[in-house]
Amino acid sequence: MKLTLAKASLVRHRSRTILAVLGVAIAAAMLLDMVMLASGMRESFRELLMTRGFEIRLAPKGTLPFDTDATIPGVRAVTDILRTNPDIETISPVMGASIHIPVGERNVSSAALGIDPSVQGDYELLLGEDVTRSDAIVANDYLLEQLGAKIGDTLNVATGYDPQTRSYTGQRRLVITGRVRFIYGAAQQPGSAMRRETLEGMVEPERRDRVSLFMVSLRKGADIEQARSWIAEQLPNVTAISIATAIAQVDQRLSYFRQLAFILGAVSLFVGFLLVTTLVTVSVNERAGEIAVMRAIGVSRAHVVQQIVIEGVAISAGGAVLGLALGLVTARYLNAILSAFPGLPVAIDFFLFQPRAAWSALALLIASGIAAGIYPAWRAASLPIAETLRREAIA
Amino acid sequence: MTGPAIVSLREVKRDYALGAERVHALQGVTLDVASGDYVAIVGPSGCGKSTLLNLIGVIDQPTSGTVSIAGKRVDGMSDREATTFRLRSIGFVFQRFYLMPILSALENVVLPMAEAKVPPRERTKRAAELLDYVGLSARLNHRPSELSGGEQQRVAIARSLANRPSLLLADEPTGELDAHTGAEIISLFQRLNADGTTIVVVTHDEDLATAARRQIHMRDGRIVGDAFEI
Repeated sequence: MKLTLAKASLVRHRSRTILAVLGVAIAAAMLLDMVMLASGMRESFRELLMTRGFEIRLAPKGTLPFDTDATIPGVRAVTDILRTNPDIETISPVMGASIHIPVGERNVSSAALGIDPSVQGDYELLLGEDVTRSDAIVANDYLLEQLGAKIGDTLNVATGYDPQTRSYTGQRRLVITGRVRFIYGAAQQPGSAMRRETLEGMVEPERRDRVSLFMVSLRKGADIEQARSWIAEQLPNVTAISIATAIAQVDQRLSYFRQLAFILGAVSLFVGFLLVTTLVTVSVNERAGEIAVMRAIGVSRAHVVQQIVIEGVAISAGGAVLGLALGLVTARYLNAILSAFPGLPVAIDFFLFQPRAAWSALALLIASGIAAGIYPAWRAASLPIAETLRREAIA
Repeated sequence: MTGPAIVSLREVKRDYALGAERVHALQGVTLDVASGDYVAIVGPSGCGKSTLLNLIGVIDQPTSGTVSIAGKRVDGMSDREATTFRLRSIGFVFQRFYLMPILSALENVVLPMAEAKVPPRERTKRAAELLDYVGLSARLNHRPSELSGGEQQRVAIARSLANRPSLLLADEPTGELDAHTGAEIISLFQRLNADGTTIVVVTHDEDLATAARRQIHMRDGRIVGDAFEI
């Protein structure tokens, strides 16, 4: 009977109920988006770092990978030291450089990675062959589009370009063997990769035997932090970054984002709470006479409260379900806008749907709906029956 | 008197605070109503009729004095005890019917039985029987807004009888009805009383008052006349 009364009460003021549910849905969508934003980038970054299973990255001392033009010298020596640790399974040195390719009268510039294809963790091959030959180059879609080139085409690739004299240095003819997607690549950023020795052969002699980054994977069950400490001890001129330390650094950089998300999320929750409180208060004030009669004919205070709270919960739950859909749609839209931000890896999601966090947020909203209904319900059920009926009769 | 006292009030006073003033709504009322009786409480507006009815109906508490209903002291009952007592022992009929507008006639009558945890099949059967008794067997599924005033009051009477109360209280039950419809309600009350229901009614309606077996006259919070005593 409580459910029947609650349902009937909501249906009685259909448009008001619909507006309240919509209001709660907007608050729920915003709350959900803020929860997704607060943890999304961090989780997305963690997933991105784990894509190829490299748990530790070595960058020049005091820098983050590819954060500056600084490099780590002595690739062979560093590799030899790393190989002495039995926990280290794979070592992938990555050299970074810019390349320049003449296309008619134009110059097309691109980032290039020098890698070992057997252990690389920077890209995935979409089509064609990897850089198994010394004259091979793989490129992403954006570079291929800028070049107007396809797999099998030969390019004149240079590592130096003087725009004033329009002259190229370190030039070599390379054949496009594959189409790739760079895992850490930014949107609309032309990218390419070739064997490290190929790239080394094209740059100035002083840049040889230097890399921008080492990616290191460990044997199963190895202690990551222990390995990271060992590397930091053995190689004082590098910064060893484990996924945990990288995330900690990202956390630090994103703390404003999270605070903003937390504040906006709390505001959304509060708005939802106020909406339900207002609606339930208006509703019970209108029904003061009815409630007094229910109490007079023997309906217990607890049952009156339950019925009114059910109304609040129904509005909150309806709003939460609608808000879930709305939140996912808006998150997707906002994610598309933010992911196009220059310099950010395409694979980074600002809004990441994590079921546990989402359900917790929506459960919190429904709990706030229960809390919002309790006070006005208890107040209405506690009104003096005789006095309320007398006032109703006068009214 | 037709039986042992079902309502017994002794030196009952009820004061209200009205702003800074103190209103003495009842000033030492002593009253007995016998089981099976049909009593009308009459008097001018503000004489304390409804206050007296509210105390008998356990929806209000006296400032002093004692109130016993069906042999049980009800003054000083906790809210929970009073609620259960009203549910099981008292039926209310109000001037403005006060049916739940969102429920059908049948559901309105079922409501107190649902609260009393009467099994669903049994309460539906009894609700239909009660609506048949008040002449509304053809209107079971109509909402209050689809019923006339007289029909709504008959639903309210059926609702008041749902849990077989020992006492039926009515506050101006014909106050919102035209003369013809009011006469139907008066007739229904007489039939109910003839079938054994004890009725206490507060009214300005002379026809309703004269239909009662006993009239209690009130003025300024006191009983100034009793038809058995005049």
